[in-house]
Amino acid sequence: MSVRHALLALLSEGPKYGLQLRQEFEARTGEVWPLNVGQVYTTLQRLERDGLVESDGSGGEGPQKGFRITDDGRAELAAWLRTPPDLSSPPRDELVIKILIAVRLPNVDVHEVVQAHRKYLVQLMQEWTRLKEYSAERDLGFGLAVDAELFRLDAVVRWLDAADGRIKRASLELLEGPRTPLPKVPRRAVVRS
Amino acid sequence: MTVLELRDVSKVYGDGPAQVQALRAVSLTVDEGELVAVMGPSGSGKSTLLTIAGTLEESTDGAVLVAGVAVSGMSRNDRARVRRRSIGYVFQDFNLLAGLTAAENVSLPLELDGVPGKTAREHGLRALDELGLRERAGSFPDELSGGERQRVAIARAVVGDRQLLLADEPSGALDSTNGDAVMRLIRAACLRGVAGVVVTHDAQLASWADRVVFLRDGRVVDQTAPAAGPESLLAPNS
Repeated sequence: MSVRHALLALLSEGPKYGLQLRQEFEARTGEVWPLNVGQVYTTLQRLERDGLVESDGSGGEGPQKGFRITDDGRAELAAWLRTPPDLSSPPRDELVIKILIAVRLPNVDVHEVVQAHRKYLVQLMQEWTRLKEYSAERDLGFGLAVDAELFRLDAVVRWLDAADGRIKRASLELLEGPRTPLPKVPRRAVVRS
Repeated sequence: MTVLELRDVSKVYGDGPAQVQALRAVSLTVDEGELVAVMGPSGSGKSTLLTIAGTLEESTDGAVLVAGVAVSGMSRNDRARVRRRSIGYVFQDFNLLAGLTAAENVSLPLELDGVPGKTAREHGLRALDELGLRERAGSFPDELSGGERQRVAIARAVVGDRQLLLADEPSGALDSTNGDAVMRLIRAACLRGVAGVVVTHDAQLASWADRVVFLRDGRVVDQTAPAAGPESLLAPNS
């Protein structure tokens, strides 16, 4: 979460005080992402240093100091909104690694491992759905954030479902013997445990 | 009160080498006001579970109780009566009859059960009213939007004193916004006291339920604990 650009967005609505920025930032993110209080003021200092915001110089430190966005700040915000986040190189996914290892270990019931994770994820989704049911209709930003979380968790459950099916088919083929030669796995996709 | 109870229900299709064991000793209870989702891949037995719970099919073994009454072993006619009086279905494509108005679609199950026409129509209008559709009562299905058709289908499923609502992939081909709308309506029916069972492979739909039961190869392998309140995710620094 970019505190920097969130603050620029709030200031693009008009000049604000440090304390006000902190309160509005917390309110806008729907309290989903708790924020380190100090982060708002230190980020404002950095934005001022970089010429993206100006302060009125009054009120001493953060809370009472007034801030406004500069033209450079507006340009920075507009560019940031349109810059795609880096989704091209996936992070090392702990769950994927666990399932890959479970597949290779003897005496491990992979389906049972998959189910343990599936159950946990669906429970989390139930909690998010309760939140959506009770409050998301009244708060657009919060509803969008909850949807994002539900779709993300849903994707993980779907991967587990696909993995479950793939592992089942693979073990059946092992029992029956492959009818057609298995395609060669590209070398870089081979995972060594 | 327990509305649906399956005790060690098994279902076998075919015999000899072609035999398929669709359900293996499945036990499940659903209480009044509770919404349970049954999740599993294709072939896990979830649709079989729903048709047996809905008395459309008989189990090979075990007992099925609807509102405390054992339907296993009942005559075909008696089962049909339990089905018409106590059980409502929501199908993937809603299955509304094109030649009947919304109100007629909703009151039809009651009329089939011998409820006099006038009473059936009153119950039908009340069910439509609860779903905000009173003013659409005289419209035919093709005059209704997709969202309105969903609501008519749900009204039909809960009309009269139906205690058990069974839904098979109730969001069908709908997008996620409309899928949510269907689940909100089913939840609302449950809050009014109906016991609901939704079978689905979709985790987002299942997550509307109080409890999610996982089915695999005809067996219940796991279930989630009853859903925690909405506050638990909002704890600081979670």
